[in-house]
Amino acid sequence: MRALAEHALNVADQLGASYADIRLIEQEFQLINTKDLSVAGVNLGTSLGAGIRVLCSGGWGFASTQQLSKAAIEKAVKRAVDTARASARCLETPVMLAPEPAYNAVWVSPHTKDPFAISLETKIGILLEAARLMKSVKGVTLAQGSMTFIREKKYFASSEGSRIQQTFIRSSCGIEANATGENDRQRRSYPNSAGGQNELAGWEMVEKWDLPGNAQRLAEEAVALLTAPACPQGTTDVILDSSQLALQIHESCGHPSELDRALGQEINFAGASFLTPDKLGKLQYGSRIVNLVADATAPGALGSFGFDDEGVQAQRVYLVKDGLFCGYLSSRDTAHLIGLGRSGGAMRSESWNRVPIIRMTNISLEPGSAGSLADLIADTRDGMLMETNKSWSIDNLRYNFQFSTEIAWEIKNGKRGRMLKNASYGGITPSFWNSCDAICSRQEYIEWGVPNCGKGQPMQTMWTGHGAAPARFRNVQVGMAHAV
Amino acid sequence: MLTRTQCRKIVDLAIAHGKAKKVDGVEVIVSASDVATSRFANNSMTQNQSPSAVSVSVRLLVDGRQARLSTDQTSAAGVRQLVDDAVTAARLLEKDPNLLPLYSPAGNGSAPQAVRRFDARTARLGPDDRAAAIRSIIDAGKARGLNASGVYASGSAVQAIGNSEGLFAFHQESEAECSVTMTAPDSSGWAKAHNPKASLIDVTAMAQSAADKALHSASPLEIEPGHYTVILEPSAVLDLLVFLWYDFAGTCHTDKLSCFLDKVGTKALGDNITIHDDAYHPLQAGSCFDGEGLTRKQITLVENGLIKNLVHGRRSARVFGTEPTGHGVVEPSPMGEYPLNLVVAGGNTSLDEMIRTTDRGILLTRVWYVREVDPTAKIVTGMTRDGTFLVEGGKVKCGVKNFRFNESLIEMLNNVVALGPAVRTAGEEGFPAVVPAMKVANFNFASTTKF
Repeated sequence: MRALAEHALNVADQLGASYADIRLIEQEFQLINTKDLSVAGVNLGTSLGAGIRVLCSGGWGFASTQQLSKAAIEKAVKRAVDTARASARCLETPVMLAPEPAYNAVWVSPHTKDPFAISLETKIGILLEAARLMKSVKGVTLAQGSMTFIREKKYFASSEGSRIQQTFIRSSCGIEANATGENDRQRRSYPNSAGGQNELAGWEMVEKWDLPGNAQRLAEEAVALLTAPACPQGTTDVILDSSQLALQIHESCGHPSELDRALGQEINFAGASFLTPDKLGKLQYGSRIVNLVADATAPGALGSFGFDDEGVQAQRVYLVKDGLFCGYLSSRDTAHLIGLGRSGGAMRSESWNRVPIIRMTNISLEPGSAGSLADLIADTRDGMLMETNKSWSIDNLRYNFQFSTEIAWEIKNGKRGRMLKNASYGGITPSFWNSCDAICSRQEYIEWGVPNCGKGQPMQTMWTGHGAAPARFRNVQVGMAHAV
Repeated sequence: MLTRTQCRKIVDLAIAHGKAKKVDGVEVIVSASDVATSRFANNSMTQNQSPSAVSVSVRLLVDGRQARLSTDQTSAAGVRQLVDDAVTAARLLEKDPNLLPLYSPAGNGSAPQAVRRFDARTARLGPDDRAAAIRSIIDAGKARGLNASGVYASGSAVQAIGNSEGLFAFHQESEAECSVTMTAPDSSGWAKAHNPKASLIDVTAMAQSAADKALHSASPLEIEPGHYTVILEPSAVLDLLVFLWYDFAGTCHTDKLSCFLDKVGTKALGDNITIHDDAYHPLQAGSCFDGEGLTRKQITLVENGLIKNLVHGRRSARVFGTEPTGHGVVEPSPMGEYPLNLVVAGGNTSLDEMIRTTDRGILLTRVWYVREVDPTAKIVTGMTRDGTFLVEGGKVKCGVKNFRFNESLIEMLNNVVALGPAVRTAGEEGFPAVVPAMKVANFNFASTTKF
């Protein structure tokens, strides 16, 4: 592999590239799905290939190949160079790269149990046991479960001298209970919706989340929701559980702080951002207790790495400090456009055959001082606790959002009251974050993984993380989603 | 790009190796894609990608068990290793009492019907061709004082499927896609097209249309949310209706997830709503065989508002006691089947006529970030973007700030008051389809945003 990488860089140099990098990536994956008491799918696979990125005459070019011979690599480099020269014909200004030291490094994501060493029978057995427990609850019409395991080995080499080997182990697990009534369908998911929890970790995360131990409660909640009263429409104080808050952070802070979006580079599809560079250091994004950080170094968090896909070392960068908008997710070719001396290290691609783009790392809300979730509920006179995302949507500048959750509870006089279904809330991003008046303490903090963040053309999905503890927001509009 | 002969060779190799391992059945899928994408923003090329990928996946049936494995190593050694690994994996699983034998074309009718959707010129377009198209879009925007962004993609893909029961089917297709966003200081306009033939995409017209929308929606007015008559351009229609397609899958009904549960054979939508799934429609793209190699049938899903048929893969067909319709997804999968070639019947009301007959309403170019809120009432939420206009007195009056909508698709399809001609349409929430523009009464806008 290393010899092929050196060859690619040499060829790029001979063809006139002013910069080149190559990523050789080998992936192994297992996807397991169960539906009721059956195995609905076992899909296993491998992928191996190389992606080559070059700068010629100030323009970017990218090509990939899965034929790892010298001849095929040469052909791919030439294709990347031809593409870069075509780019150079449509440029206002040539691409400039922020400086970054060259690294010789090896990095392995933390894990204690290799998930690929665990048998398929064990994995399927856990999912089917959870399914059995869910189906034992009268009224459950569909019980589903899934596990995913990915091992990724990535070798990066650049014409500036970096030689970086990284290994990632990613694991996920989740279950879901559906209850369909006369004119209603309700769902509960655990540990989170959309496939469960995802971590940069090994089999130990499956053991930690204990799917069977939560299956019956989950199923009972799904059935109970069918007869629960609906979330009323109005304005109230809302406590978001940490998993829902994770998606709120993802959509209303993570995406708008991507510098390519803020500069209009993604406007055709993913959209732009209200966090334009003129607001940097000036906009009071949230209340004084809101501190949002992009932390690619968080151990076990899904968006962590040693180095990004253009060889920039993982960093911890504040996006919002004491409520003030103060930073971006950036890359080597965007940093200088707002006067940054160095990339924030956020360039990643989903595969060897996709070009790196600016992606979220782990965008997390630092814990506060409100104690436990029980403490926060006790401190709330009249409101609502919302848990587990069900639906999410936000405008293309990331102002107007609306989320629904699978379940909610009334809060009256500091006590959790009756269960509510069809809960939703919405608002305008800066107003919402400025209404945040309490964040639970470190003991409630969880690093949630969002593995399916979509961006780019062609669409790339990416592993991102969001640490959060439950938080309270004052005077939030609720219940509008079902008021048609 | 792989040829039919090369695909056949990979398929035959995997089947022969599987048979040598004494398995009960071997199914092989070969996919290859060579689609290059040039992206531009702020009047400059930002990304220019020429990726290339081939993958082969094998599904093995062994003693009542099945497993699918995939790889992108298509050498003889790589394919043999894949089969060996699949045998090992399948034997680790429990027996599946509902497992079906592989599809046998001899026992189930004709071999999959081929359609020609390959244009050699489109497949050959190179980075210089794409750059020239993009240059023309940028120049068109600059000439009108606008900032141009977008994408031009071109290339080809192949898909082949074969199995140890004698099936072999091959499909080769070219494709071109262009989308354009023109932006002004406080407004924007958008256009998108996707076609197997690049020459049928008129980038000049797209650039002008997007520019017109950007200029006409400048200084947008903020108006109150509420229930309005809306005129949805085809892309907006498509990106809403895509949230209904899976509700026509048989498995969605056996799982009790469909909004049309117990409504098959009843009238659930307006008289003017007819929807087919038709892989052979001249404006469609894609292959005419499904994930197990069955020939796709033309199915009427909705006829004049009546929910007429569902689509079925082999498993759901068995549950329903009917014939599969050739819409199965690649097995094994919890999904079952999916209609992929939607054709929503149009009418003869032009967009201009819809506008001319509207006293007060909203014209939508595009919807964005649409998500399901209520699976039973089929309420979806989302935003408008890139060309939202107030229509008053039969004329487009001005641009308006964008809205959030919460709307039941079932109610919407009971409130359609006019249909335009059905055209090939590309959106962003799903795959392209053939849909008309629609004029809809009583569409629910819940809130506005700041632009």
